[in-house]
Amino acid sequence: MNAAVPPAAGRFLLSGNEAIARAVWEAGVRVAAAYPGTPSTEMLEFLAAYPDVDTHWAVNEKVSLEVAIGASLAGARAFCCMKHVGVNVAADALMSQSLAGARGGLVLAVADDVGLSSSQNEQDSRYWGRFGHLPIMEPSDSQEAFEMAKMAFEISERFEVPVILRLTTRVCHVKALCVTTGRREERPATGFSIDPNRWVLVPGTARKRLPLMFERDKALAAFAEQTELSVLMDGTDRRVGFVSMGPAALAVREAFPDAPLLKLGFTHPLPMGRIRALAATVDKLVVVEETEPLVEREIAAAGIAVHGKDILPSSGELSYDVVRPRVLRLIGETVPESDLAAAPQVFPRPPTMCVGCPHLAPYYVLSRMRDDVLISGDIGCYTLGAGHPWNALDTTICMGASMGIALGISKARAEADAERSVVAVIGDSTFLHMGMQGLLDITYNRGNITVLLLDNRTVGMTGGQEHPATGRDIHGDPAPQIDFPKLVEALGVKPERIRVIDPYELPTLANAIREETKIAEPSVIITNQPCVLIDSHKRKPPFVVNEDCNGCANCLKVGCPAILVTRRETKVGANGRTRELAFVEIDTPFCTGCTLCVKTCAPKAIVEAQR
Amino acid sequence: MTGITNIMIVGTGGQGVLTAAEILAEAAIAMGHDVKKTEVAGMAQRGGVVTSHLRFGPKVLAPAIAPGEADLMLAFEVAEGLRWIAHLRPGGLAIVNTMRLIPPVVSTGLYQYPDDPLAEARARSTRLLSLDAGAIAAGLGNPRLGNTVMLGAAADHLPFDPAVLRECVLSRFRHKPGMAEPNERAFEAGRAATAAQSAA
Ligand SMILES: Cc1ncc(C[n+]2csc(CCOP(=O)(O)OP(=O)(O)O)c2C)c(N)n1
Repeated sequence: MNAAVPPAAGRFLLSGNEAIARAVWEAGVRVAAAYPGTPSTEMLEFLAAYPDVDTHWAVNEKVSLEVAIGASLAGARAFCCMKHVGVNVAADALMSQSLAGARGGLVLAVADDVGLSSSQNEQDSRYWGRFGHLPIMEPSDSQEAFEMAKMAFEISERFEVPVILRLTTRVCHVKALCVTTGRREERPATGFSIDPNRWVLVPGTARKRLPLMFERDKALAAFAEQTELSVLMDGTDRRVGFVSMGPAALAVREAFPDAPLLKLGFTHPLPMGRIRALAATVDKLVVVEETEPLVEREIAAAGIAVHGKDILPSSGELSYDVVRPRVLRLIGETVPESDLAAAPQVFPRPPTMCVGCPHLAPYYVLSRMRDDVLISGDIGCYTLGAGHPWNALDTTICMGASMGIALGISKARAEADAERSVVAVIGDSTFLHMGMQGLLDITYNRGNITVLLLDNRTVGMTGGQEHPATGRDIHGDPAPQIDFPKLVEALGVKPERIRVIDPYELPTLANAIREETKIAEPSVIITNQPCVLIDSHKRKPPFVVNEDCNGCANCLKVGCPAILVTRRETKVGANGRTRELAFVEIDTPFCTGCTLCVKTCAPKAIVEAQR
Repeated sequence: MTGITNIMIVGTGGQGVLTAAEILAEAAIAMGHDVKKTEVAGMAQRGGVVTSHLRFGPKVLAPAIAPGEADLMLAFEVAEGLRWIAHLRPGGLAIVNTMRLIPPVVSTGLYQYPDDPLAEARARSTRLLSLDAGAIAAGLGNPRLGNTVMLGAAADHLPFDPAVLRECVLSRFRHKPGMAEPNERAFEAGRAATAAQSAA
């Protein structure tokens, strides 16, 4: 594809993610791996465009971290990034590697979705530092992200420990001016040194590494007291002093420019000496941290009086308008009731599936079978099937869970559910991430589940990345391509229970789903049309609605956003019953010509547009 | 914060809100300002609410604009203009495209689109200018110029010379000479559309 170009030196408007990618390149990193996840994804995408770094998408976060660990053991600088929930998947490797430590600088950038704009939970990744005895750094904007990312590799090598660079959405996705050097450090891999007493973690070696880990904690705590990564921004208003980090620290400085602020960049272990010194000079000490009271609790445990979550929320962003009035009240100032006008009530614009999306048809079919099925769902664009107008997804927790949950539901089958079949819906990338093991569990344990594997040949949810079944790598170059029917057969599904179906062939798809849900064996229905947002999707001639539209509104149940209602009517039939009619038109410039609405139109009023 | 200009650009996915914010940021940088720009775009690739916050001045700390602090709001869709109107500070200016984009939740009858969002917004805002950027763009022969029309509409309401913004818009088309001229006309048409009104 495009030739790799080194990132230039200069002063640029960069997102935190791009700033980190440039820092990783400048730090001489040789291997970088990740699995996509908002808001972390662009770090690896930017990095992939630069030369001399082996950058690749891994199948999941655990593997991506293991790849980075391997590279570090081989003496190279290595980088791995993921969203917050990714660390749950990677935790097994992370928790134990903490004992063995790192050789080449090893940095794990974790992006927390503070404010929950696109995730299933809002967990605070800083817990991993406590749990795994790992240092944490927290930048508040792009320039800090750039500088801290570079420093993180040095700290990792100096203390022989993986370092967590903790980011939040307001660092990853905020663009700010950032100065870069454009120079890459030469850091050839030093080679793997065979040392089973360190790299082979069996009880005997792990036991010997434990005291070393506690020594390292002490050394890191001493470093925290010294490092310029944390700074005291002094102030004359000593009614209140703050300890804060990340974007919250910017809000604090803006809201209380004259109050002292200890802005932590290196945030675990804490510089308790510096915190104690600040506390001694102010009337009240307030910790402003997103999202859980970790720093606050440790300060309180050290016997220092501190405020935090007693006045601030434990979820969401701590922005200027959240912090200011609450702290003002704490120091006894009267805060006038907000004279801001309440925001007007306007209809919501929930995310929708795209016009012509290949996921529309499976949900249309499932919504028609609603009373006969329980639908265990997964994470991806297709999670939108839980919403209007399909209401055809009953559970979602984490990636790959659709398989195990479906098996559990079917095994526990209550009397109330006896007549219902259990269906699991999962996307292609999610299946490869964590779904395969679940399917194996279903076949091994004789589960009776119909799996809909929605293969749109991309990671749609995160913006269209490649994966092992797309046939391309992160650079867009051809790569070995996994064959789904062969894969699911190898996982134990009988060949006659595996069907590959074009989802735009609505009757065929509907029949297949109805038939397979009646058969008491595991089956897999694979849909095979690409996401409408990727290159391999081909538009067909669009459609319009002619005067034959009788307002039956069947086509609206497809849920395609290109079908617009022009007029509603209530009709009273001969029998006195009323019917709600909705007459439609098609937003022709957006129509992809997928024909799904055509197939639901009884009066055949939807016809190809004249060109 | 003193000396900081706060601009919100709002609309829906796919309308070019993010590009417009990017161009405004470039103009602010060209004027020597420190700049921060942040957006909240929901999960959807298409159709969801998109808001971009742009702050510039001598030194910008927090990236997001607090409610009631925006100096200027550029709304690419009229109901979105209404949705965010309370983010303006007293005396702030709203520039609203009168285009309507109807989401599926409205077309399937779950929610109602406001009858006259512009009137409601006007009642809320101390100063409001409106224009039909889509129609202006279509009149120039290309509906996709709506974005540039909106930037033109904002040009005389920024704390710097409109020529700086025009330069930033046109520099995007440095390598597409055929596009520079229509965009220049769109920009000037947007300027003229708001110049003709007094912000009441
Ligand atoms: C552990 C974890 N990693 C990453 C994500 C972010 N994420 C959500 S869904 C998804 C994959 C979606 O791809 P696919 O299954 O192919 O479905 P599509 O969106 O294309 O329909 C990803 C990467 C997550 N929620 N959890």
